[in-house]
Amino acid sequence: MQEALLAAIQGAERFAGQSSVRTWLVGILKHKIIDRIRKASRERSADPTASEAGAEEIDAFFGSDGHFSEPPGEWRSPEQALEERRFFEALERCLQALPKNSAKAFTLRELMGLETDEICKELGISASNCWVMLYRARLSLRACLERSWFSGDARRG
Amino acid sequence: MRMAIRLSCKEASRLISEGMDRHLSFREKIVLWLHVRVCDACSRFTKQLVFLRRALNALPGPDEPEGR
Repeated sequence: MQEALLAAIQGAERFAGQSSVRTWLVGILKHKIIDRIRKASRERSADPTASEAGAEEIDAFFGSDGHFSEPPGEWRSPEQALEERRFFEALERCLQALPKNSAKAFTLRELMGLETDEICKELGISASNCWVMLYRARLSLRACLERSWFSGDARRG
Repeated sequence: MRMAIRLSCKEASRLISEGMDRHLSFREKIVLWLHVRVCDACSRFTKQLVFLRRALNALPGPDEPEGR
């Protein structure tokens, strides 16, 4: 809990301009992603290896020629998705499907706006491993959202 | 990362992602630009990662009142 609060407070400085700090803090602390981060910290492995950063998983997104095995498609009305509660439920499911350290790195970076060096310190990994982990998280999330939301009939189901 | 003038989508997408976390070098920016301007897949990938960042920041807390 202290760790989550600390992270939230560090992040809050950056968010102060965008919304009231209190609203943001309340929102963020109640959010279940925080629970996930807390759990991940408790179970944290001492030494995340390169494989945990996701080098092999990254290969799976590309052919041997370096092209996307499934090229990103055109996303229709992404703006509208941000208005829909079910889109965020899909996003959360995609986040939960990530390996825990990858999810943690990604939420610290994107949700709390921490810099990579802070995340590296927190996770005890090198900067380049951290970038790979974030890259892997983005590849997965992008593909997951495309599958679960942006591909034609998914949002009606 | 060793880098040729002509990037593959794999190399380009990695630079697109890293560009959201660190400053790219002059050379990285140039070779990335050369790739993205002719690659629809990587051009969409770029836009989608930017959208992903916005979506994360718009994640609602569970207790927030809906609508207004």
